[in-house]
Amino acid sequence: MKRLLSYLRPYIPRMSLGFLIKVFGTLVELAIPWILSYIIDDLIPLGRISPVVIWGCLMILCSLLAWIGNIAANRMASAVARDFTRGLRHDLFSRISYLSERQVDGFTIPSLISRVTSDTYVLHQTVGMMQRLGVRAPIMLVGGVIVTLTLDPVLTLIMVATLPVVGAITFIVSRKGAKLFKIVQKASDSMLRVVRENAVGVRVIKALSKSGYERERFKKVNDTLTERERVAEKTMALINPVMSLLLNLGIVAVIVAGAYRVQFGLTKVGKIIAFMNLFTIVLNALMAINRMFTMLSRAAASSARVLEVLDTPMELYETEPHFSFLPENAPHIAFKDVTFKYDRGSFAVRHLSFELKRGETLGIIGATGAGKSTIIRALMRYYDVAEGAIEIDGVDIRDYATADLRAKFGVVFQNDTLFKDTVRENIRLGRDISDEQLTEAARRAQAINFITNQGGLDAEVAIKGANLSGGQKQRLLISRALAGDPEILILDDSSSALDYKTDSKLREEIRLHCAHSTKIIIAQRISSIMHAEKILVIDNGNVVGMGTHNELMKTCPLYREIGESQIGEGKAAAV
Amino acid sequence: MNEQREKMKKTAVLGRLMPYLLRHKGLMALCILLTIGGNLLGLAGPYFSGFAIDAIKLSEDGKGVDLSAVWRYAAIMVVLYILSALLSYILSRLMIIVSRKVVNRMRKDVFDKLTELPVGYFDRNQTGDILSRISYDIDTINTSLSHDLVQIFASAVTVIGALVMMISISPLLVLVFAFTVPLSVILTKKITGFTRPLFRKRSAKLGELNGFVEEMISGQKTLRAYSQEENTGKKFDVKNTETAEAYYRAEYYGSMTGPSVNFVNNLSLSLVSFFGAVLFLKGSISIGNISTFVLYSRKFSGPINEVANIIGELQSAFSAAERVFRLLDEQPEPADSENAYELNGALGDVRLDNVRFGYSMDKEIIHGLSLSVPKGALVAIVGPTGAGKTTIVNLLMRFYDVDSGEIRLDGNPIKDLTRKSLRLNYSMVLQDTWLFNGTVSENIAYGSEQATREDIERVCRACGIHDYIETLPEGYDTVLDDDGSNISKGQKQLMTIARAMLLPSSLLILDEATSNVDTRTELQIQRAMRALMADKTCFVIAHRLSTVRNADIILVVRDGEIVERGTHDSLMSGDTFYKQLYNAQFA
Repeated sequence: MKRLLSYLRPYIPRMSLGFLIKVFGTLVELAIPWILSYIIDDLIPLGRISPVVIWGCLMILCSLLAWIGNIAANRMASAVARDFTRGLRHDLFSRISYLSERQVDGFTIPSLISRVTSDTYVLHQTVGMMQRLGVRAPIMLVGGVIVTLTLDPVLTLIMVATLPVVGAITFIVSRKGAKLFKIVQKASDSMLRVVRENAVGVRVIKALSKSGYERERFKKVNDTLTERERVAEKTMALINPVMSLLLNLGIVAVIVAGAYRVQFGLTKVGKIIAFMNLFTIVLNALMAINRMFTMLSRAAASSARVLEVLDTPMELYETEPHFSFLPENAPHIAFKDVTFKYDRGSFAVRHLSFELKRGETLGIIGATGAGKSTIIRALMRYYDVAEGAIEIDGVDIRDYATADLRAKFGVVFQNDTLFKDTVRENIRLGRDISDEQLTEAARRAQAINFITNQGGLDAEVAIKGANLSGGQKQRLLISRALAGDPEILILDDSSSALDYKTDSKLREEIRLHCAHSTKIIIAQRISSIMHAEKILVIDNGNVVGMGTHNELMKTCPLYREIGESQIGEGKAAAV
Repeated sequence: MNEQREKMKKTAVLGRLMPYLLRHKGLMALCILLTIGGNLLGLAGPYFSGFAIDAIKLSEDGKGVDLSAVWRYAAIMVVLYILSALLSYILSRLMIIVSRKVVNRMRKDVFDKLTELPVGYFDRNQTGDILSRISYDIDTINTSLSHDLVQIFASAVTVIGALVMMISISPLLVLVFAFTVPLSVILTKKITGFTRPLFRKRSAKLGELNGFVEEMISGQKTLRAYSQEENTGKKFDVKNTETAEAYYRAEYYGSMTGPSVNFVNNLSLSLVSFFGAVLFLKGSISIGNISTFVLYSRKFSGPINEVANIIGELQSAFSAAERVFRLLDEQPEPADSENAYELNGALGDVRLDNVRFGYSMDKEIIHGLSLSVPKGALVAIVGPTGAGKTTIVNLLMRFYDVDSGEIRLDGNPIKDLTRKSLRLNYSMVLQDTWLFNGTVSENIAYGSEQATREDIERVCRACGIHDYIETLPEGYDTVLDDDGSNISKGQKQLMTIARAMLLPSSLLILDEATSNVDTRTELQIQRAMRALMADKTCFVIAHRLSTVRNADIILVVRDGEIVERGTHDSLMSGDTFYKQLYNAQFA
């Protein structure tokens, strides 16, 4: 929490000014009931109209000043909250942009997203609210008590006595309520889960005629949810009646005690009337302070989550180029006894060695989770290897500047992302590439026809490419990878949704036009990689076969098994 | 569709909402009675406080305070206030009961409707949208409906009561409100008129920022591959500034409301005390009356502001209700024909006779398809991705009805069969494995409730998944959670195959695509499917060449239409699209 306050430091002058205005506005507002009692007690008995007119005008003036002052202060508070949030969010997002993959895995993506969004919204709201209520409510409370003290100290005691009771009740009830609402949230999640399952599985449910069963299942979660909502609301329903009862009983006590004090000449009637007004003001302030505490506890959780990201140290990115010349005759890509482990200890690659010459193609095949994508991540330095080394042009990839290293690649990841933007921007992705080159890349990726049908490079792509079919998405992604004319082209399971014909045309284009690029292709289908110079068969992190298609069909049982299942016996061996 | 998009009339929406409330007529009436009672008691309090003040006031005329009168009035007030608090607590408890019943009922109605809707509805509508109707929309209706309706009623009672009381004290002084009430109405109207579009814009901008952040952080790996960190940061800054600014603009005007309401209240107070003083000097009002009047004036102006808020809330409730009713108005799956009969344990002989079909009236995609599938035959449906291979499946199981022509099962026109019995003759394994939040055995026995644990284990052994299930923490009683983190896609697929195996049906529909499933598991799935297919009439959406080659009939689908049909050999002998598809994999 304290660290975040440093984000507020630049705004201290503005906040102080807003604070002063707010104090002024609030004090003026407090003066109104005080004037009311003065008019009734001291001016009316004089029996003249003119002082009443003067003080009445003063009251209206106070109302006006309070109005203007409070609005001005609120606006300044909003501006401060805006600038604070903007700065915080900027830092947060750029910090996330430079987190290492390992750190991103640690936080998980959904959690990072909610830290940039909902957590910063909570903080925005809190900073604004604290400036508005945080000043007004305590002043109303303290000021109200002081004004009542000047009016009548003994009556003030009655009021002060009720305050702790009110505070305690709201505190306890709202804490209990917060807990109960968490339980409600859980029940609501289960209710929604059943609905989601029914929407997604409608064919299965209808095929098996299980609608009746599903209705029963829904009834159960619906009833549970209803019951929990009832319990939570029942608890919260206590607050209002109890509060107004306490307020009203306080007023009755003031009247009775006031009667005795008037009897003994210790106070005047007008004061009792003003007192009744102040009582309401003070209690409202107390409730506002209570609300603030609830809000602050929510904000504390959010700020802890935001700070956790901001305080994460940078990894991986501080490299400077470490070499002065490139060794000659080195292979383009070399894996030298590479072993790799994730933090979670799961997928790993063990003792992997291979070399690729410029222009060669490497095919990788193997079970999901066998470690195929890991090889790519290590090569592009999303993670550093645990043992061994990866070299490009004879230089360890850890000695390249990260941006220089990445600039060598054109890549399509498994389940890669399309952005909500134009087709042009999705292929270009911020790089300096002309429309002609983009179109040519799309043509090679077999994407040009559907792009033209959709309306050309200016056609809009929806979030995650939702307006495109699976095959269209993959072709657009491949266009992106081809567009930069990369030194190394990586396609990770990126043609699984293409029919065989399109897939083969694509391979032909890559063979013709990317002769100088070194290619790494990961696939489930043997037909996608069978023409590669080198094929790597991975099982459970270990290399179980390396060679050409024909060699592997003879020597590698796993490869043969896959080949036969996909193409049919005899046919696979014959190619 | 288009006619439905038209806006429902407000009265129509209200007319359909009322029955939900009227179902609890008694409770509602009681609520209204309690509201009136509670508010009247609340109003009576200040009335007696005025008497008490006057009793104290006597001292200034030199008579001394009438202490016994003060005590008497105080006692009356205490009783009144306790009663009022009690009533309002009972009232809110009752309201909670009513509103929970209403919500429960609405959710049930919506869900029951969902179970009656045809498959097409779920093809057209996003799941997220359906979910928001059953949760967010119904909640919105509920808050307004029960809470606001009673609130409006209560406010009306309070306003009228306070007005009557004030008039009884001093009709002249009430004239103050002839000035301040319109002022407050105009002010709030002005402000809300100003702020509503700004708040709408704020929500839109927040939504945009959410979408952007989600997109960018999810796609981070890609952005890094092309070194786009800085560029993305710049784009983010634009969105960030827009959002912060929209938030500020809304707040800039929105934060006027509180001070403005306070201003009008303070103004009323000033005017009342000023004119009250004048009237006192003229001798037409007592000090106690002034104090009572001040208390009533607070009760009077409070609800007026509240009603302004509530009207805004009601508007959003109406639009939410409209969305819910639109769902309830959807056409359900047409009922079975009147003399529909059951067909159980069909042999599996399927015949299509000159079938025509299109998803929309203007675009026919199956033009007079005739097909004879004898018992035990294998029909393969092939074609590029997204070509519409599931259409035939949709027709066979009557998820959609044919436009003309006829489909027969064992010689019975399927339109004369009950849907339930027709569908139970099929078992299905789809590409999107569907498992629900329940135990492994519940999921596998879904659709065959009479199955014993032995039966379940038998089919799991046949699918080669038994050993895997035994390694799960609770074995067959392990609960599958929805992120499915504990179970791989391949294992899920095997479970749905086991489910299909338990069913006694003689017809099978299979979508055999297994992209993204690892090769080992894929081999296992294939073996399990082959076991499942034995002796059944099979319709397979085929991706694997071995399946296609063994098929008795191959249907080739392209752009939604069936363009070729035949056996593997007959199709390979001509210059066919099928031949192109088939050869492509060896190119």
